[in-house]
Amino acid sequence: MSHLIEVFIDTYDLFLNGLWITLKLSAASLFIAFFIGLFFAILKISNIKILEWIADAYIWLVRGTPLIVQIFVLYYGLVEIVLIPMFWAGAAGLAFHSGAYIAEIIRGAIQSIDKGQMEAGRSLGMTTGKTMKRIILPQAFRRAVPSLGNQFIIGIKDSSLVSFIGLQEIFGVASSGGSNNFDYLTYYFIAAIYYLVIVLALTLIVNYIENRMAKSD
Amino acid sequence: MNTNEMIRVEKLNKFFGDLHVLKDIDLKVNESDVVVLVGASGSGKSTLLRCLNFLEIKNDGKIIIDGEQVEKETHDLNKIRERVGMVFQHFNLFPHKTVIENVIEAPTQVKGIAKSKAIQEGKELLDKVGLGDKYDVYPSTLSGGQKQRVAIARALAMKPDVMLFDEPTSALDPELVGEVLATMKELAEEGMTMVVVTHEMGFAREVGDWVVYMHDGKIVEYGHPSELFDNPKEERTKAFLSSIL
Repeated sequence: MSHLIEVFIDTYDLFLNGLWITLKLSAASLFIAFFIGLFFAILKISNIKILEWIADAYIWLVRGTPLIVQIFVLYYGLVEIVLIPMFWAGAAGLAFHSGAYIAEIIRGAIQSIDKGQMEAGRSLGMTTGKTMKRIILPQAFRRAVPSLGNQFIIGIKDSSLVSFIGLQEIFGVASSGGSNNFDYLTYYFIAAIYYLVIVLALTLIVNYIENRMAKSD
Repeated sequence: MNTNEMIRVEKLNKFFGDLHVLKDIDLKVNESDVVVLVGASGSGKSTLLRCLNFLEIKNDGKIIIDGEQVEKETHDLNKIRERVGMVFQHFNLFPHKTVIENVIEAPTQVKGIAKSKAIQEGKELLDKVGLGDKYDVYPSTLSGGQKQRVAIARALAMKPDVMLFDEPTSALDPELVGEVLATMKELAEEGMTMVVVTHEMGFAREVGDWVVYMHDGKIVEYGHPSELFDNPKEERTKAFLSSIL
């Protein structure tokens, strides 16, 4: 225990760098993933067959392959075409992955909204698009908050996989620290503590948002 | 008495898949008329109402609104719906918006009316339906009757030429039916053109100018309330009336 605390204090600055990269990576990838998800969710409910197929194909591709394979293919594929910083290659891979799950969450939330809401909007002369934006989506997002929060937590933990393309985020720092000092268990244990703290903070934020929304309902 | 023709329906047919739900419907609604559609559930009266503001699209026939034959191919249906207000059985208020926000949503978003003006007009409408103290609450805090009166105010905010009511009191507790019917009666007395689907025969008799009895997708009988209720000509109508009165 005292050894753990000692190493924790000694590696403080290294891990804070890693933490910072994990946070930036998660924020960037989940931000992009949200819009990818929204886009494909709308394709899926468009009632236009070809658009639904495109969305189905994307979701099938993401769900049918491991994240680590997606990250490697995207990373090695992307560097063939464009010179892209490692950070953005990793963020793109994570966003591509989370986007599919977020698409399904948003689609489900939209479809759970009573059909009468769309009819009410249309009967007042509002277009489908405007009713979607002003009436359906705000209600769907509220309903999706718990599932989205859960997906964001998964996204943060999944970001550890980009260490395999060389990013020194929390898991990357732990891997190199562990092998340099031949002290794997201590370093991975410390990595776990950092992840737990991030996830705890995000959980509290999601709970706070849920409570606030419950009040206005 | 004004006799401008507001709605005319000719040989209207509507199918849901193989199911023939409206069969050669002819209907005329003059300005300031209150036309009440009655009939058993499944007779097609709600579908007819929903065809009038194009929430359902007819398969065949003509719908003429204020002298203009409306087709989905040639008309912007949103523009038509601005003039044909609708009140639903289940209110369909926007739960994430306050009462006044519900009322001003369409005027500000569709007609582009300034928010301050929309709020002022919206408050007047809410005062009129007796909800002057409920501007800023959310719909979930209201009773069913209050919700339906907000829904009426929301539809009126677009200043429609016609109001359609699709079983406006069917989802209400019995003691709340009266307040909604009173609001509708007031509206009728002000000269609003109304088409009402309802099971409230007392309302049909008292407020209706015309009563239309529908059965199995067809209009069986059509007449003034006194004729239709007291002197029905068709056997079907007699059977229906004796089953409900």
